[in-house]
Amino acid sequence: MERYIFYIVALIMIVSAIASVSSRKMLRSVIYLLFVLAGIAGIFFLIDYNFLAAVQLTVYAGGIIVLIIFSVLLVHHIEMKLEVEKTSKRLVTAIACLIGIGVFVSTIYSYDFKVTDISTTTTTEDIGLGLLSYEAGGFILPFEVISVLLLAAIIGAIVIAKGKKLESNNEETI
Amino acid sequence: MNISLSITKNIHDWLFSIMPESVASIVEMVLIGLLYLVIFAILGLFLVLLERRIAAWFQLRIGPNRVGFQGLLQTMADALKLLSKELTGTTKADKFLYNLAPYFVIVSSLMALAVIPFTKEFHAFDINIGIFFLIAISSIGVIGILLGGWASNNKFALIGAMRSGVQTISYELSVALSLLTMIIITGSLQLSEIIEIQKNGWLIVQGHIPAIIAFMIFMISGTAESNRAPFDMVEAESELGAGFHTEYSGMKFAYFFLAEFINMFIIAAIAATVFFGGWLSPFGITESIPWLGVFWFLGKTFVLVFLMMWFRWTFPRLRVDQLLTLEWKYLLPINLVNIVIMALIVWLNLTIQF
Repeated sequence: MERYIFYIVALIMIVSAIASVSSRKMLRSVIYLLFVLAGIAGIFFLIDYNFLAAVQLTVYAGGIIVLIIFSVLLVHHIEMKLEVEKTSKRLVTAIACLIGIGVFVSTIYSYDFKVTDISTTTTTEDIGLGLLSYEAGGFILPFEVISVLLLAAIIGAIVIAKGKKLESNNEETI
Repeated sequence: MNISLSITKNIHDWLFSIMPESVASIVEMVLIGLLYLVIFAILGLFLVLLERRIAAWFQLRIGPNRVGFQGLLQTMADALKLLSKELTGTTKADKFLYNLAPYFVIVSSLMALAVIPFTKEFHAFDINIGIFFLIAISSIGVIGILLGGWASNNKFALIGAMRSGVQTISYELSVALSLLTMIIITGSLQLSEIIEIQKNGWLIVQGHIPAIIAFMIFMISGTAESNRAPFDMVEAESELGAGFHTEYSGMKFAYFFLAEFINMFIIAAIAATVFFGGWLSPFGITESIPWLGVFWFLGKTFVLVFLMMWFRWTFPRLRVDQLLTLEWKYLLPINLVNIVIMALIVWLNLTIQF
């Protein structure tokens, strides 16, 4: 049962990944990308990793995709189509992609995966305690470093969005 | 997978006794899916009727009262009419996205419906991240609105969709943070555990002042997130025609329309579950009869639904800048302070427990 669900999700992901790079309409590509990201969330659900699945849905599907859609909505008209690149560029891209696939496939098939019988889901309590523990294996330092990084990013975004005060008359600030 | 399909144990046992295990689990999934679709349709139709009757009551009219007893079949007739209508569309629309958009909206609200506990037994998907899952799902519905507005190649629809995007992204923060305030008391994201904890008093009583503030913020931002008046700039009739669904007709329009009402129900249901104890009866008066839980749950939810309808017919529509000021300059700072106060109260054991 789970095997079939996995194959269905994987097929949807592969098809929409290919469609995402080959579609000539920008917003359609974004929606195919959304299907890929939602498929990843589905696989996380399948391996009982609920928290990561919900993070995947919130951050990627709900956050990043909505932002991309927003920017497409602002800059792109419905009748515009993306240009097809020159043959030489397409060839180079195809070769690069094939090399990438080769590296991944060879790594995956050479690794000896261990099959476990028991699947235990990680509860949010474990994650929270892990994030706040300062003993060996705890994540308090990366947690704090990331929060400083995020704070810097937020302040940076506000500074950029505000612009310089003198130019505020002729530049629209959002 | 560890889905706890705990909808009425008897049916579950019966199904597994007459069929092989793999077939029975598939049949069970299909049955639950169908059941939720039926709930979805019936709830949607009768919420529309309720809204119209309440609107009429507020405006000193009678409202729909001809089809069936007191107009009970009015929305059924409307749905049949919508089913028989032609599905039109603009010629230069992006057909694929145009047709896809209603499904985003409806699928996301159906998924949200699955994690809501109707009673102890009637709870399709009880995952350990319940509330977080609801927040995650609610952020996907807006994609359908954005797509529908853009793909129908209509200026008004596009403006409506952009407004909706701005609104939903802003108010999601408040919804999540106000729920987080309550999570500090419960210490768990799982909805069944949240209800279990409320056996010592509903959370709005346990958390007293910060809980009431969180409840008010949740209702305001929930109303905004389901795009209802006074926050309905998405489809401000006097400015944008019908907003993002101007170009939709027939059943596709009905999908948007139903999903809006179901979203309202979901917001009210989350509020009832998190703040008012879900299917628990007040002071445990019917604890010996577990199936009565569904009535308590629906009763609490419909009181909150009535509150949201009351908002709609009482307050005038906000402007976009007022809407964003309300969220970013008032609700969000109040919410952040509120979380700290709640943490202090829980830390100092000042919660009220019965």
